[in-house]
Amino acid sequence: MADQKVYFEDVQEGQEVPSLTMYCDSQRLVMWAAASGDFYQIHYDKDFAQSTGLPDRIVHGALKHALLGRMLHEWIAPLGRVKRLAVQYRGMDMVNQNVVCKGVVTKKYQKDGENIVELEVWTETPEGQRTTPGSAVVTLPSRGS
Amino acid sequence: MTQPSIITDEMRAYIGRESEPIVVEVDKTSCRMFARAVGYTDPLFYDEEEAKRRGYRSIPAPPGFLGHPVYNPARPQRLDYLPPFQTPFTRILNGGTDIEYYEDICAGDVLTVTRKLVDMQERQGRLGPMLITVTEFTYKRGDQVVARFRGTLIQY
Repeated sequence: MADQKVYFEDVQEGQEVPSLTMYCDSQRLVMWAAASGDFYQIHYDKDFAQSTGLPDRIVHGALKHALLGRMLHEWIAPLGRVKRLAVQYRGMDMVNQNVVCKGVVTKKYQKDGENIVELEVWTETPEGQRTTPGSAVVTLPSRGS
Repeated sequence: MTQPSIITDEMRAYIGRESEPIVVEVDKTSCRMFARAVGYTDPLFYDEEEAKRRGYRSIPAPPGFLGHPVYNPARPQRLDYLPPFQTPFTRILNGGTDIEYYEDICAGDVLTVTRKLVDMQERQGRLGPMLITVTEFTYKRGDQVVARFRGTLIQY
C-alpha cells in the first residue's frame, strides 16, 4: 500500500493541491462515454456536434468532475476520503486539448471526530480559462492516530 | 417586449415530487472501466485484494461513479437528468454536478435511487432562452443514504 503523503497537520489554508493534467482526445471521450453511460453524440460525433452549432466535439462535463475527483484522491490517498465535490460547467473544453485540474485549500477544521479540509477546485483550458469552477470537502488522517 | 414564461404551472407542480425508486448495481468491472477512463493508476480501483487490505469491502466506486441502472429491455428504466415533462427545447448541456458521499460505495453494492426535481429557472442566455433544472438523486443501500447527487441541466 502506498504511504500517506499528506496529513491533516500538514495542510494550510491557501495551500495548492498537486495539479493534474489530462489530454482529452476522442479515444478518452469514448472511454468515458462507455464508462459513464453518457452516449450523447456531441462528445464523439463531429458532424453531430457541428449540427447543434458547436465548433467541434466537447469534453463531457462529468469527466471534468471525475478528473477533479482523481486529483483529490491522488493527493489524499490512501487514508483520506472525498466527501463532497460540486462543480459548475461554465465553459466548454474542446476535444484534443489538455484539461488542467487545480485546487487550493480554503478551510480546515475538526468536526464530529473527523479532520475536514475544504477546497476551491477548478479545471482550466491550456489558455488558463477556468471552465469548471467548484468546491470540495475531503477528510484526512491525523499524524497522531 | 417581454417573452411569455416557458415555465407552466403544470411543470412547476413536479418540483419536490419524488419518483419511484430504480435499482443500480455497482460491480467490479464497471468500477475498473470508470477508473481507467479517468486515468487512475492506484491499484485500489483495479485489484480487489488491494482494496480489502485497505479496509474496503471490495473495489470502491471512484469519485463520480454511482453505479449503472439495471437494464432490462422489457422494463426500461433510465436515470437521466431530463425533467419529467416536455419542453420546446431540443438541445441540452450539463450545467453542474454536486455529489455528497456519506458512506463508501463498493463493488457488490445494489443501491436504490429516487429522483426529485428541486429547482427550475428560466434565463435569457447567449444561446437564446434556456430552462435550467436541478434534479436531486438520493442513493440508498437498504435504508441507509450513501450518497446524494444534484445535477443541473440546461435545455435551450
